[in-house]
Amino acid sequence: MSTQQPEPESQEAPTDPEFQGAESSVDEAERSGGDIDQTAADPTDLEGETVLIKVFRYDPEVEAKQEPRFDDFHVPFTKGMTALDAVIYARDQYDSSLTFRHSCRQAVCGSDAFFINGKQRLACKTQIAELEQPIRIEPLPHQEVVKDLVVDMDHFYDQMHAVEPYFQNEETPAIEDLEEQRQSRENREKIKMSTRCIWCGACMSSCNIAAGDNEYLGPAAINKAYRFAMDDREPEEIKEHRLRIVEQEHGVWRCQTQFSCTEVCPKDIPLTEHIQELKREAVKKNLKFW
Amino acid sequence: MSQSYNRGLVEDFSRWKEFSAGMWAWIFHKFTGWMLIGYLFTHIAVLSTATSGEMVEVNAADLPNVEGTGMTEVPLYDATLGGLESLLIIRILEVGLLAVAVFHILNGIRLLMVDLGIGLEAQDKSFYASLILTGIITVASVPTFLAGVGF
Ligand code: HEM
Ligand code: SF4
Ligand code: FES
Repeated sequence: MSTQQPEPESQEAPTDPEFQGAESSVDEAERSGGDIDQTAADPTDLEGETVLIKVFRYDPEVEAKQEPRFDDFHVPFTKGMTALDAVIYARDQYDSSLTFRHSCRQAVCGSDAFFINGKQRLACKTQIAELEQPIRIEPLPHQEVVKDLVVDMDHFYDQMHAVEPYFQNEETPAIEDLEEQRQSRENREKIKMSTRCIWCGACMSSCNIAAGDNEYLGPAAINKAYRFAMDDREPEEIKEHRLRIVEQEHGVWRCQTQFSCTEVCPKDIPLTEHIQELKREAVKKNLKFW
Repeated sequence: MSQSYNRGLVEDFSRWKEFSAGMWAWIFHKFTGWMLIGYLFTHIAVLSTATSGEMVEVNAADLPNVEGTGMTEVPLYDATLGGLESLLIIRILEVGLLAVAVFHILNGIRLLMVDLGIGLEAQDKSFYASLILTGIITVASVPTFLAGVGF
């Protein structure tokens, strides 16, 4: 293949409908720190149905973006388009500096939870057709914004690790049990939903209590504790150890059953239910009348 | 990371339009709980300052709980309670108190169910049911509460 590629047409004249959005040359203006045209693409230039997305922009390293603002992007609509597809289009066609995390595009990696039209959602699992326009896309609330849609997840991960999210045993099982640690069907069913967490952080971001109490473990971490505490393959002492972690001052008792986390979880994990069950387990462990 | 941006409280109460059922239930429950506490202490204050048994002169025509017309002597308790009950605003506040108490009790039962792990998947419906029932009971109570003051 020749290395001599013909110049893309769009650089000369923006007649190619795909590239008309690029005329605002946001990057160029940003680098010079000058005024930025905050609207990419005139919808009348684009053929067919378009959607308007308003994307939160912030970048401490670019002078013109230190004050957060919303940029408008007109994106051609295609059937089945997700919110992630829309921001990818905006980034690839209009403004390559638009920054967000994404990877699997199939609700598995958990990297693209954004605040879309006032709700924490996984962008790759959110159909554009189901949203009211203009679509506001913001970074997750209650986490510090690093750049555009990228938030600092450190605190969320710290809370996840605080509940020791790995299988534990007091002693190594006997050699003949080492091959496979079997779980009953019933027990698998019990923890099934709790194992689905993809660490997206949507629940923590939606939680009013977590917002006010930085030490609160948060729904995802408590759900992770539930996943192991309810797993029969872990011995009783480990379960008690796990309950000691979640029954601390900033553990399960912070939950005020607002159901925000359950409402937003893209994996439909009944988070409030799991938190409530751990509360009851903690009470049962500590109150002994019998 | 050199710098980051904290959007503070913008996401919280200014976003009330985006609240879901459970969040509203929580806010209303707090609000009604504290309203009830407020009422309780006002109630204690009013009653404890009205039980001396001292006789006071009142115009019977002003008080719904005193028979006849013209000036007459009644115990302070009757005069205080009668005086309050003769005010339209007090009657309206009583309707409000009932609404607040009924919602708090119904949602309180809902929360107890949630604590027991019963019907969590219907938590939004049980909240709406609490609201509707509160509305019905409140409206039905209006004739009783406002009897004698313009109704
Ligand atoms: C049958 C009657 C009642 C029921 C079933 C009930 C139920 C409840 C429940 C379950 C809670 C805990 C809410 C939570 O889990 O966050 C609560 C909180 C509360 N209740 Fe009641 N309650 C009743 C009557 C009252 C009365 C008469 C008062 C006041 C005199 C009152 C004042 C409060 C207050 C101040 C709170 C705390 C609100 C907050 O979270 O800040 N309640 N109630
Ligand atoms: S529990 Fe649900 S919302 Fe929370 S991090 Fe896991 S997948 Fe995301
Ligand atoms: S891109 Fe992986 S979860 Fe959305």
